[in-house]
Amino acid sequence: MPVAQIEFSGELMDFIEEWKEKPGNLIMLLHRIQEEFGYIPREAAEKLSRIIGLPLAKIYGVITFYHFFKTTKPGKHRISICLGTACYLRGSQDLLDETQSILNIKGDEITDDGLFSIDAVRCLGCCGLAPVLMIDNEIYGKVVKEQLPEIIAKYRSN
Amino acid sequence: MVNAKINGIPVQVAEGTTVLEAALKVDVKIPKLCHNDDLEPWAACGICVVKNGTNPKMIRSCCTPLEEGMAIVTNDAELVQTRKTVIELILSTHPDDCLACPRNQECELQRLAAEFGIREQPFPKRLRDLPLDDSTGSLILNPEKCIRCGRCVKVCQEMQNVWAIEFLGRGEKTRIAPAADVKLGEGPCIKCGQCSAHCPVGAIYENDQTGPVWEALMKEGADAKTCVVQIAPAVRVALGEAFGLPPGTNLTKKIYTALRRLGFDMIFDTNFAADLTIMEEGTEFVRRFVDGGKSEGGPLPLITSCCPAWVDYLEKYYGDMIPNFSTAKSPQQMMGTMIKTYWAEKAKIDPAKIFSVSIMPCTAKKFENHRNDTMYASGFQDVDVSLTTRELARMIKQAGIDLLNLPDGESDSPLGPYSGAGVIFGATGGVMEAALRTAYNLITGEDLKDVNFTGVRGISGIKEASVHIKGTEVRVAVAHQMGNIAQVLDMVRKAKAEGKETPWHFIEVMACRGGCIGGGGQPYGATDEVRKQRIRGIYDDDEKSEYRCSHQNPLIKQVYAEFLEKPGSHKAHELLHTHYTARDLYLK
Repeated sequence: MPVAQIEFSGELMDFIEEWKEKPGNLIMLLHRIQEEFGYIPREAAEKLSRIIGLPLAKIYGVITFYHFFKTTKPGKHRISICLGTACYLRGSQDLLDETQSILNIKGDEITDDGLFSIDAVRCLGCCGLAPVLMIDNEIYGKVVKEQLPEIIAKYRSN
Repeated sequence: MVNAKINGIPVQVAEGTTVLEAALKVDVKIPKLCHNDDLEPWAACGICVVKNGTNPKMIRSCCTPLEEGMAIVTNDAELVQTRKTVIELILSTHPDDCLACPRNQECELQRLAAEFGIREQPFPKRLRDLPLDDSTGSLILNPEKCIRCGRCVKVCQEMQNVWAIEFLGRGEKTRIAPAADVKLGEGPCIKCGQCSAHCPVGAIYENDQTGPVWEALMKEGADAKTCVVQIAPAVRVALGEAFGLPPGTNLTKKIYTALRRLGFDMIFDTNFAADLTIMEEGTEFVRRFVDGGKSEGGPLPLITSCCPAWVDYLEKYYGDMIPNFSTAKSPQQMMGTMIKTYWAEKAKIDPAKIFSVSIMPCTAKKFENHRNDTMYASGFQDVDVSLTTRELARMIKQAGIDLLNLPDGESDSPLGPYSGAGVIFGATGGVMEAALRTAYNLITGEDLKDVNFTGVRGISGIKEASVHIKGTEVRVAVAHQMGNIAQVLDMVRKAKAEGKETPWHFIEVMACRGGCIGGGGQPYGATDEVRKQRIRGIYDDDEKSEYRCSHQNPLIKQVYAEFLEKPGSHKAHELLHTHYTARDLYLK
């Protein structure tokens, strides 16, 4: 295989083994792979394709359909900014623009130091706190763009 | 049976018949775009909407079965307006450069726009800036023209089981592309071109190579080369469709004349090379068969290898079965080699000064002519350019040749005259039948009284037959349309793994539905009805042939006597055989 080999952890292999034969397993498996690598590396998709006997084209059809699945490596810290209705109405687009400008990245890019990437997401499940952003698993509510440099700075050191 | 009315006309159809199909029975043509007779309906475009009775709801006729008592309305002001809007929306993301489009005048979208009298484009243009993919050398994928009807994806995945392309992305950003956005030539694509034959617009089309051919034909002076051409079996029964003739019309002799008028110096016929393939492959089969596939002859079953898309598929998907693959080259390549060796020698022409063109029903032939080192057996690229039937039609039109009124012509000797066995290579089952006709002779030393092996003919996806040659049973299978192959080969694999006897001794595979007559480079609009008519044309040619078996062709005897010694000889192996390499599905 010209594509570089990739190692799956024992837990991931067990998980795949458990779900291998079940119909509709693909999304479960992709979730689990993304959990392991932070995204779905091409090599991992190929390996999965071989294990479950599903054409790579089909897998990519699914990966690229859902925004949740990433095909590029995210930053060490993933900043999710909600563009759902409530957050959007409360100005989350400004938060997104400002964050992009602070970090000087767009779309799927990651910062040169590999620390940050930004995802525009649909809902983080806490609309009462709109506008909301999340870094890694930490939620920040009622954010105004002036707070952003300070929030981001917390993650620069680790 | 179901009884209903369509536009007030009573109709009775079998249960499960769609509204679209039922309407055709009473001469009502419902406009459609994404639907194609080769594929299950999937309701992507919305052009074929109709209504039932007074219900204002619109239903898609392509995927709705006609039900008892329905009163279908196919045409009212609202339906027409809806269809028109759908067309306008599609046009809003489609370029307007029809004049310079490879599908100009053969485009289903263009035709619909004309029929619906589209005069303005009310929606702002939102064209997509996506790069052209010409990486296969056979096919060109232009995502800018894609209307996302999905036919190519269905064809590639369901009919062909190749999975070279898929819908990537979603919504407005949906595009047709290979997995992981690799280039088409870096993935599983086998170049069969069925995507191009089914695409309604100019989003996937054959790589037009008429340019270099024109250049060679026009060249004068010291640089001029002797231009030699061969035409494949399936071309002759389909070319006429591009000139308004019914499918299956055999134009062999008019094509010979047309090629001469285009400026070719020598006209040879791939059918002759098909006879040669049979001599080599038949000999190979008999060698394997008589010792039960155990010795150096190679294992059984023997699997045919004249289809280059199938060769590519086997190398990628069934690399473990390469020893079963016939090493005999395809007729195109045998002819190419013979032209630049045997004929060049005979005509006293330096092979470096020969320009060799093939006319093929196939896009994969463009890839085959440089597939590996054996395609240069003469010391030069044996076949310089492979053109599809569609490209030949364009050349004839450009040159102002009135094809239909041309006088009949003849091919040139010695690589022209062919047997009936040579011509049937163009149809599914034909290679098998031709091989059996000669294998019988090779095994028994006698000729068959009845050369017709009807069990291997016809359009069903997998055909099996058992033939008795002087008390010995030969079990054969024929599969066409790549999606049908797995069933056959997986049974062979299984038998092999379990140490059981092979279910068949000889297997013929062709990548396209109906065989080469349904090739990806043939005139547009193939349906099973069209394929059957083309097949009819092929077998008619066989039936009226003076010789029905390859080994009876006097010119075949001549080339062995003068040049190749005997079938399977060392020289024949050097020139007429090839080898295969197991490959990865993805190169990058």
